[in-house]
Amino acid sequence: MDETTRAGWGLRLWAILVAVLLVAPLLVVVPISFAEKRSFKFPPDGLSVDWYVNLFTDQRWTSAIGTSILVGVLVTLICTVLGTAAALGIHRLGGRVAALVTGVLVAPMIVPGIVSAVAIYSVYLRWQLTGNLLGFLLAHTVLAIPFVIVTVTSSLSTTDPMLERAAASLGAGPWRTFVRVTLPAIAPGVGAGALFAFVTSFDEVVAASFLQSPAIRTLPIEMFVSVTNEVDPTIAAVSTVILALTTAIVLLPAFTRRRPSQKASSS
Amino acid sequence: MSSARSRGWAVLLLLPALVVVLVFFVYPVFALSARSFLEPTPGFSQYVDLVTNETTVTILVRTLVVALLVTVVTLLLAYPYAYLMSLFGPGMRTFLLFLVLLPFWSSLMARTFAWIVLLQPSGPVAGFLGFLGLDGVKLLGSQLGVTIAMTQVLLPFMVLPLFNTMTGIDRRLLSAAHSMGASRFRAFRTVYLPLSVPGVAAGSVLVFILSLGFWVTPRLIGSPQQSLVGQLIETKVGKLLDFPGAGAISVVLLVITVVLLLAVGGGVRALVPGAKTDGGRDDG
Repeated sequence: MDETTRAGWGLRLWAILVAVLLVAPLLVVVPISFAEKRSFKFPPDGLSVDWYVNLFTDQRWTSAIGTSILVGVLVTLICTVLGTAAALGIHRLGGRVAALVTGVLVAPMIVPGIVSAVAIYSVYLRWQLTGNLLGFLLAHTVLAIPFVIVTVTSSLSTTDPMLERAAASLGAGPWRTFVRVTLPAIAPGVGAGALFAFVTSFDEVVAASFLQSPAIRTLPIEMFVSVTNEVDPTIAAVSTVILALTTAIVLLPAFTRRRPSQKASSS
Repeated sequence: MSSARSRGWAVLLLLPALVVVLVFFVYPVFALSARSFLEPTPGFSQYVDLVTNETTVTILVRTLVVALLVTVVTLLLAYPYAYLMSLFGPGMRTFLLFLVLLPFWSSLMARTFAWIVLLQPSGPVAGFLGFLGLDGVKLLGSQLGVTIAMTQVLLPFMVLPLFNTMTGIDRRLLSAAHSMGASRFRAFRTVYLPLSVPGVAAGSVLVFILSLGFWVTPRLIGSPQQSLVGQLIETKVGKLLDFPGAGAISVVLLVITVVLLLAVGGGVRALVPGAKTDGGRDDG
């Protein structure tokens, strides 16, 4: 530690403030979820688990959870397969065409959320893709696929191309080379992309709020409708459950990070 | 290995994703934009309406101001935090990164709901302001509340690009400047700050663009009287079925977005914090 790597107390204090600002607002949902009365009063007056019971018994909430999981899983499958294939294709193709294709495929990530949503709605309305599962699937697929493309492409760019050639020269066919050599090398990127795809779909509110109908709603839409129309602490219970799951997901890499297959040398 | 056959395979691999995105995303965006130039009559009538309508202009300017404010405040909050992250050893760094990734991965609806609780009349923030002697400040249903909530929601998107850039800065340069007699402040200003500019640019553009297109948080925390452009687009489509009008505003937002992205350069990947933050965090 020399003079330039010392962190002053001002800097530390500022960072603590930012840390509190990052996390504390998430935590207010926890006490509300255990409220006794139908109120968002913080902190609540009495405690109960009524809202958790309601979350898992009220048909409105359970069907929204079911829809969100179904859409999320299907979108993850579609995005992971199509996105990984496309990233492999782009990687092999190279050059200007590949750059153009990448631009098109990541466009949904760049277009402002409300613009994507309204554009999707305006056309899906004509194609009768509103108020049904297929509409949600297609909208979430295009919104989530860029994340798979980006993570897999970034994995591919750090993979040694000689490995594939070595496998081919030893007589492995294209499929065998892919399954035995390429896929294991890019697996972390594919995994990260799949996780991104699921979270993107599970969390998506804007496009879904245009595509929804009272008959088919995802969980974020049910939360949106609930918070707009009523005071119902069930939304706090949902938020707490999601927060707990998110914490588990974020902590996961910390426990699995000690992989032997890290880069051979660190620059 | 025949290269023509290899190219054929490559095209076959990327085709399904390309078709899906072209048909179900690019075409809709194109069609919506096109309607703004074609309806009710071909020409720029939608854009003339847009710039002559006082309400629309007010909302656009308000959105730009809020987006700029959110960008500046997140930068001021995030820069020292990211700097400290890059300074610490692996253990503390992982912990600080965890504190950023938690909100980053958390549900937007849950976070917005949390802000409704925090900003409600007689809620914790109002209580804190009362303690400071600022009674009766309207938070829920005001531009102030929207700005506060958006700042917190978008903060991770500023920290992550900054952190990615800062971990790549060779700190020995600072030591060198220092050993040659530069004060700590001067070494920082003349050596470190310029090297961190790519992170500042990427984070700022990302937060600014996300702010422009933000809808959920302003819709639930703001008020219709002080709406942002997202709410305006929603009203045009949802209540008035005015797709050409919504298309014109969308084109304006798209143009601003593309111009900003071209200005910052460096490709899109710099704008996907998660992509770089997930794998290989062990280096350095």
